[in-house]
Amino acid sequence: MKVRAQIAMVLNLDKCIGCHTCSITCKNVWTNREGVEYAWFNNVETKPGIGYPKDWENQERWKGGWVRGKNGSIQPKQGGKWRILSKIFANPHLPEIDDFYEPYTFEYEWLQSAPELQAQPTARPRSLLTGEKLNKIENSGNWEDMLGGEFEKRSHDYNFEGVEKEIYGQFEKTFMMYLPRLCEHCLNPACLASCPSGAIYKRAEDGIVLIDQEKCRGWRMCVSGCPYKKIYYNWSTGKSEKCIFCYPRIETGQPTVCSETCVGRIRYLGVVLYDADRIEEAASVEDPAHLYQAQLGLFLDPHDVAVQEAARREGVPEQWLEAAIRSPVYKMAVEWKVAFPLHPEYRTLPMVWYVPPLSPIQSAAEAGKISSKDGMPDVRSLRIPLRYLANLLTAGDEAPIAAALERMLAMRAFMRAKSIERRIDEAIPARVGLSRAQVEEMYRIMALAAYEDRYVIPTAHREFEEDAYVLRGSSGFGFREDSNGATKLNLFGGAKRTPRKPMMDVPT
Amino acid sequence: MQEMIHQLAFGWYPYFAVTVLVVGSILRFDADQFSWRSQSSQFLRRKQMVLGSNLFHMGVLILLGGHFVGLLTPVTVIDRLGISHSFKQIAAMSVGGVAGIMGFIGCSLLLHRRLFDPRIRRSSSWGDILVLVMIWCQFLLGISTTFWTVQHLEGDEMLKFMGWAQGLETLNPGAADLLIDVPLVYKLHIVLGLTLFVITPFTRLVHVFSAPIWYIFRPGFQIVRRRGRRAAQDYSRTQGQAGGAPSYGGPTVLRQMAESGQEGA
Repeated sequence: MKVRAQIAMVLNLDKCIGCHTCSITCKNVWTNREGVEYAWFNNVETKPGIGYPKDWENQERWKGGWVRGKNGSIQPKQGGKWRILSKIFANPHLPEIDDFYEPYTFEYEWLQSAPELQAQPTARPRSLLTGEKLNKIENSGNWEDMLGGEFEKRSHDYNFEGVEKEIYGQFEKTFMMYLPRLCEHCLNPACLASCPSGAIYKRAEDGIVLIDQEKCRGWRMCVSGCPYKKIYYNWSTGKSEKCIFCYPRIETGQPTVCSETCVGRIRYLGVVLYDADRIEEAASVEDPAHLYQAQLGLFLDPHDVAVQEAARREGVPEQWLEAAIRSPVYKMAVEWKVAFPLHPEYRTLPMVWYVPPLSPIQSAAEAGKISSKDGMPDVRSLRIPLRYLANLLTAGDEAPIAAALERMLAMRAFMRAKSIERRIDEAIPARVGLSRAQVEEMYRIMALAAYEDRYVIPTAHREFEEDAYVLRGSSGFGFREDSNGATKLNLFGGAKRTPRKPMMDVPT
Repeated sequence: MQEMIHQLAFGWYPYFAVTVLVVGSILRFDADQFSWRSQSSQFLRRKQMVLGSNLFHMGVLILLGGHFVGLLTPVTVIDRLGISHSFKQIAAMSVGGVAGIMGFIGCSLLLHRRLFDPRIRRSSSWGDILVLVMIWCQFLLGISTTFWTVQHLEGDEMLKFMGWAQGLETLNPGAADLLIDVPLVYKLHIVLGLTLFVITPFTRLVHVFSAPIWYIFRPGFQIVRRRGRRAAQDYSRTQGQAGGAPSYGGPTVLRQMAESGQEGA
């Protein structure tokens, strides 16, 4: 057992109102630069739809994620190392910027500077790539907002697999949900595996996956390797970029920008302990439908003394072990089993999980016929087909999704009985395998969702890992120090930077 | 005058070019690795890229390898191996010809999209365009040398170039004299080639040094980085135990603080 810790995220889709505040605040902090105008480290999609970039879930086309070979081992879907290198001159699976969208702005100045005209002046769109006028905007980061566009196009959504999708094109039968997406900071990242330069890495201490901008050479295999299409090629700098999980904030115990600004309070951040020795084994399970369970099996119980001991041996700080016990992510994913990984069939073992949304019952006319318990309908009669959610979150296994929805309904029924009828009905949680204490904690964390319950983020203990004494005075004027002299080969004589080792024992 | 220019171009310029190539590239790598990249434009426009880039790179790699092996292998080695000069000449011409035409077609496709696709044109630097134009001319010159080469299939001309290249390698000051009588097109080809060496450190061409061959030898697929170099329990002497207050200066400071009656250590 090799214990590592990760700050993981859960998004409660039941509460997402699709306001895009997460996307906008993220954009304004991280990607409002030339070269990544088109990139949204966090975006919110309306499902069903083909999403952003177009058709991202079609892995036959993009070759993202992993495949399990006949011998039981896994390799990136775009090929082993030789295959990947053979595509280095031109990657046949690389999306084009138009698969995201051609970035644009509008001619706002014209609205103010236009002379007297026969017609109202309009602000026409201009491409940020060429500076030329665009006649028509073809796509954007959220083209299908609120089921925009015709059903025919949206119905190419891959999660319709095994669903009679035609009826959902009808106005009365239609359904929708929001899916905020960001980098999954996977345990078995396919982007990392496909990087020929070795520039992408996963941090041992908090699991954040980052691209070393100094080492990236722009071979762009990660873009096609990531099945979530969450790696963005910066066409200006020639380097790939991705969501950094706001690591400067996480290190200081603050939630990511997208979480901090979420008005629906749908995001949760917490520590999950996992067994790094069994990652490959879990990702190589034969049946894709078992991948969700396999990943659950990697998560370690933070209450277990043996796990705590092993974690200490690996250098996990005490504060992190305490945070792991209080982690809302662990509770939702493991204790209550209401959160699920996004597309586990990609075999990347993603670490951003989702609570599936409840939805209204299929139609009012049918309502009488539906079996209901405690005034709550059967989850199979909900408007969003179970199969659709299962295709999204458990590689098609409907049972865990149904159980999660039932638990969420039971929580509502229990709390309604408690707060309206003044009646404690312990039979309700018992029916879905929960205790009264558990269902009340579920209510506290998932419904009330106080700030300190949603974000349990221990700070990074840099003071124990690096010698802060020698780092003093090293930031400030020399803002390019990191790249200047990275080879440690000094061609111009003299020390370029503070020596890594202190020259004396006593501080000056 | 003519002689002096000849000596400059073929006696001195090669040393200058290789020095700039080596020193310049090391300097750039040392100073600014962020700028070290292939700067692919495939993401902006896929059209003509898949075919163009593959043909171009394959052609260039074969040609580079061929030129190095062909020019720098000593004649004695070739004779010892029993390869006749005319066979080597014909082989070099045919393999190089095919690779040259491949690369030329690829390069033309790439140059065309770089110049005439507004997206790529706008996002190109001067260097990006210059590199492609120069390589395109180099292909043109290289392919046109075949016309003169077929007149010397016995390999005498080739021996002159081999002698020149190996003369430079062995610091023979008379190396340039070997090339006095060769046709102009060869000379232009050589000068332009050396100029490509010169511009390499200042353009995207540096990405050739980063060909990620070692990816093949990477153990497994995943990379995990630990912060700092220290392992978890390997605290430095000066830092004390986990959970305790960091005490820089270690025992010396602790003793001083204790002696002066300060608290907190």
